[in-house]
Amino acid sequence: MDISNTGVMINLFVLVSIAISLYKSREKTILAAKNAFKSLVGMMPYVIIIILCIGMMQGFLSKEIISTILGENSGFTGVLIAGGLGAILFIPAIVAFPLTASLIDSGAGIMIAAAFITTLTMVGFLTLPLEIKELGKKFTLLRNLLSFVIAMVIAIFIGVLV
Amino acid sequence: MMKKLAKNYIISAVVFAIFILLLVIFPQNKTIIVNNSLKYLFEMILILPAVIVLMGLFNVWISKKTITTYLGKQSGLKGSLISVFLGALPTGPLYVAFPLASSMIKKGARISNIVVFLSAWACLKIPQELVELQFLGWKFLIVRWTLTVVFVVIMGVVIEKVLDRDIAPA
Repeated sequence: MDISNTGVMINLFVLVSIAISLYKSREKTILAAKNAFKSLVGMMPYVIIIILCIGMMQGFLSKEIISTILGENSGFTGVLIAGGLGAILFIPAIVAFPLTASLIDSGAGIMIAAAFITTLTMVGFLTLPLEIKELGKKFTLLRNLLSFVIAMVIAIFIGVLV
Repeated sequence: MMKKLAKNYIISAVVFAIFILLLVIFPQNKTIIVNNSLKYLFEMILILPAVIVLMGLFNVWISKKTITTYLGKQSGLKGSLISVFLGALPTGPLYVAFPLASSMIKKGARISNIVVFLSAWACLKIPQELVELQFLGWKFLIVRWTLTVVFVVIMGVVIEKVLDRDIAPA
């Protein structure tokens, strides 16, 4: 399926959702619009930074460089690097997907992409204190550690399957 | 909250300044840089507003009460699959889910279900998956989802076993 078709379908789907929501409750839909506006304002800096970084990355780092560090042949080291970066960085998932796509565009392997996305979303280095406070040290450390491990496993499987 | 927002806008302004500076210093790279940034800008404009609106709708229609009602003690595969579904619905960053998970454990929810719920909340969120679909495609999405569900369910069982063994009297 063509990329732009997916985009159009997603927009249609959201339009239908808005219509259903409006039909069911006008107040709730207005509240949803306010929520959306707030998250848009919060999301904008990330969007701007990611878009600019994608351009600079593709302008200065050649495909050879990126595919040496993060390509299919970078092997398990590349997966570990991507997984480690994902665990430390704090990037909202919805801008992380385009960033990952641009990495693949410039020569990164699909395995690396999967490792990065999985640790980025599931392992939260910066939110560890918060998680420990709510769920305890043992639970938090186990969850983050095992999430990192399964991210590596998922990445390897995706490398084989996709 | 406002402070963090202001900080993020300042950082993006700094990145923009660096971007312009690089364009001036390296005019020979200008076309590649600008074309690539524009390409991703257009693709994001096409999809991000829609996804953010959808996130707003999910926020309003799926209350925390809905989640706590269904995220319970059901064991086995059924409990796990319900937890995946419930984790994939609400929106918000993962740290919003921690207090919710904590109160669910206190109310007697199974640890394995909570682990699955948190993982699904983190990386299988339905509105954000539309962005993954747009940028990374069907095949990647389906394979990643399937693998993630399988391994997260296993992880839930493992963590529950370890924690239960510790809690049980020696």
